[in-house]
Amino acid sequence: MNKDILICGVGGQGTVLASKIIAAAAMEEGNAVHSAETIGMAQRGGSVTSHVRIGEGAYSPLIPHGSAELLLAFEPAEAVRNLSYLCPGGTAVVNTSVVAPAGSASYDGEPMRAYLEKKCRCIFVDSEEVCRPFGSVRFFNIIITGIAAGAGVLGISRETLTEQIRRRVKPKFVEENLKAFAAGYEIGSGASRQV
Amino acid sequence: MKEYVMGNGAIALGSLKAGVGLVAGYPGTPSSEIIETVAKYPHAGVHLEWSVNEKAALEVAAAAAYSGVRAMVTMKQVGLNVASDPLMSLAYVGVKGGMVIVSADDPGPISSQTEQDTRRFADFARIPVFDPASPEEAYEMIQDAFACSEKYATPVLFRPTTRVCHAYASVEVPESFTARAGDGFVRDSKRWVIFPRLSYINHGRIEERNVQIGKDFSAYARNTVEGTAAEKAIVTSGVSYAYVKEHGAEEQCRLIRIATAFPFPEDFARKALDGVKEVLCIEELSPYIEEQLLKLAGRYHLDIRISGKLDGTVPHNGEMSAELAGRLTDAFTGGIALPECIDTADAPALPARPPVLCAGCPHRASFYAVKQAMKGRRAFFCGDIGCYTLGNAMPLDMVDTCLCMGAGITMAQGLYHVDPDAVCFAFVGDSTFFASGMTGVVNAVYNEADMILCVLDNSTTAMTGHQPHPGTGRNMMGNIVDKVDIAKVLEGIGVKRVVTADPLDLQASVSLIRELAEEKGVKAVIFKSPCIAISRPDSKCAVDSSKCIGCQKCIREIGCPALTMIGGKAVIDADLCTGCGLCAQICPVGAIGGKKDE
Repeated sequence: MNKDILICGVGGQGTVLASKIIAAAAMEEGNAVHSAETIGMAQRGGSVTSHVRIGEGAYSPLIPHGSAELLLAFEPAEAVRNLSYLCPGGTAVVNTSVVAPAGSASYDGEPMRAYLEKKCRCIFVDSEEVCRPFGSVRFFNIIITGIAAGAGVLGISRETLTEQIRRRVKPKFVEENLKAFAAGYEIGSGASRQV
Repeated sequence: MKEYVMGNGAIALGSLKAGVGLVAGYPGTPSSEIIETVAKYPHAGVHLEWSVNEKAALEVAAAAAYSGVRAMVTMKQVGLNVASDPLMSLAYVGVKGGMVIVSADDPGPISSQTEQDTRRFADFARIPVFDPASPEEAYEMIQDAFACSEKYATPVLFRPTTRVCHAYASVEVPESFTARAGDGFVRDSKRWVIFPRLSYINHGRIEERNVQIGKDFSAYARNTVEGTAAEKAIVTSGVSYAYVKEHGAEEQCRLIRIATAFPFPEDFARKALDGVKEVLCIEELSPYIEEQLLKLAGRYHLDIRISGKLDGTVPHNGEMSAELAGRLTDAFTGGIALPECIDTADAPALPARPPVLCAGCPHRASFYAVKQAMKGRRAFFCGDIGCYTLGNAMPLDMVDTCLCMGAGITMAQGLYHVDPDAVCFAFVGDSTFFASGMTGVVNAVYNEADMILCVLDNSTTAMTGHQPHPGTGRNMMGNIVDKVDIAKVLEGIGVKRVVTADPLDLQASVSLIRELAEEKGVKAVIFKSPCIAISRPDSKCAVDSSKCIGCQKCIREIGCPALTMIGGKAVIDADLCTGCGLCAQICPVGAIGGKKDE
């Protein structure tokens, strides 16, 4: 398999765990994997990205523009900011819930959604809504991973991902995260049928 | 066993495989995870430390290397400036056990003050430098660096860049590592004591030796030539090589990669350039290789047109990328191979997200208290390096200067001497205070500056990932040690007024600063409150929307990321709030109250 996956969001949203689980699962299935994370000052409330590159022949640590088949966006404006990484025909899974820049007024997410819809195949999801049963938006990273898997755009099996969640999440949070993953998977399967 | 690690982890594991016996460093992005990785893997027999600064780290390691132990020092590129004093001398003295100084460069810059190039430092100090292109290569190359260091009894520089340091890849490592024992320090003043005569003799030897190292490097397997014979060649180094490879440049022209920029592998370069008429240099930071090729062309009268940064083809500043390398390659060879992209020229305006202090960060409260206390007064605020540099952001706007580690303390003195009517503040973090703040305070006491030193003590080195320091009572050997008490240090070096305060108590902090501003001499306040990332309180604040009048004072004044306006009322994001209570102390109608218990 050769596949580039770009994960983007705002510092503190938990993009790194999603990237770690996807990378580990892809390796578990026998692929060569390279990845890169935003580290340092930009983590503090800034825009962050994780680049996951699956397959041989990936030299650049960052995904070249126009190469990612999948964009996992934890925030609508970040989806637009990173859209140029997506290849024509690629899929974006996008959280429609807006994160306001710190210390300034919020912005309207609707134009972002409308723009993305025009540009690529999108699966939209509202993190507030899907995380409500779990009591915290901190579960969104696992849910969005589940959505991508359920929609069949991740290219990694449900079992392998589940196993990595078991291994990489703190023991006392494993059960709740597995439920979150399953919930995401269902949403993804549904979205995939609609498209 | 196969390990999936960051480039920094690969460097750590490579050094353990090379039998390293002592590792010292000071945290700094993008280098910090090297020492942290050594700590995570079995490292029996290795002395591991976060030193107080890079100079200390290099000196500790130098003595170990004098004793025949393999030693590694880690730092970011600006750390090498701090360590340059011992480095320049050590280059003359040399070592016995292999000694590698890892200095991680930060093109962009992404988390640094400068875009300096460690390869130039190697040239300046006349010592070899290795420049890896990937984590996998860094793992192998750090071992080569130790071997080179020992063979020529010289310290060696190792220069990864951010994208190599922070990229993850798999490396095959042994199950366990063995630190190679040294044979102990052997007294020999003709060898280990630097004197003008020794420097004179060794200077000559070093230049002779460097010719030989250049020949070794000409045979080094990581200096490579790819692609078939052509009249055009791209010459590259480090991660730029990865970008050029990503684009498949070797199918369009000859691709030459120099992994050892100094001593320059002249024989290799001459052979690689045989038949070449045009060269494009693609490298980050300074045009180092480009200049070496120009020298080479001059010395041997080579008929080659050399382009790169010096003729404006490649930008001097900023990072290289797969796109830029691809565009440059295509323009150079006439190829067109860039992938098709979604056109985003018509994208809606995007919100800017400059980094900010975390919700509940005690630094916000410290800055705000000083700002309130100095309202209407002529005051200057000298900042420093760390999370608290972010105190510059609106609406706090409390950093007037920031130069380098520890500089705020001494710059506040300079501002006072030329403008004695102003109240001059210096803000310094606890780790930075130990790294290079203390001597500055002595300078203030001795030279009679009036200033207020605010030590923002959050009991960690937060920005670089929460490393311990002398004030935390823990070290990298896993031991609980005596805490070095900042208040006692300040008293000991002659500061007569030292007060410890809780920055989250706004009124008390404001009164204290007002009081100190009326006193002469050096005053110090230690704003002590732990980093929210290492101690999460169990309560949160909440807005009573029936009381909130929507004045937005809480948002306008402190810029906490947990505060937003929804439907004309302030709302606190419970996922971000730490219950610091600063906003509650600011609200004019008492609408933010109580710490909501959940």
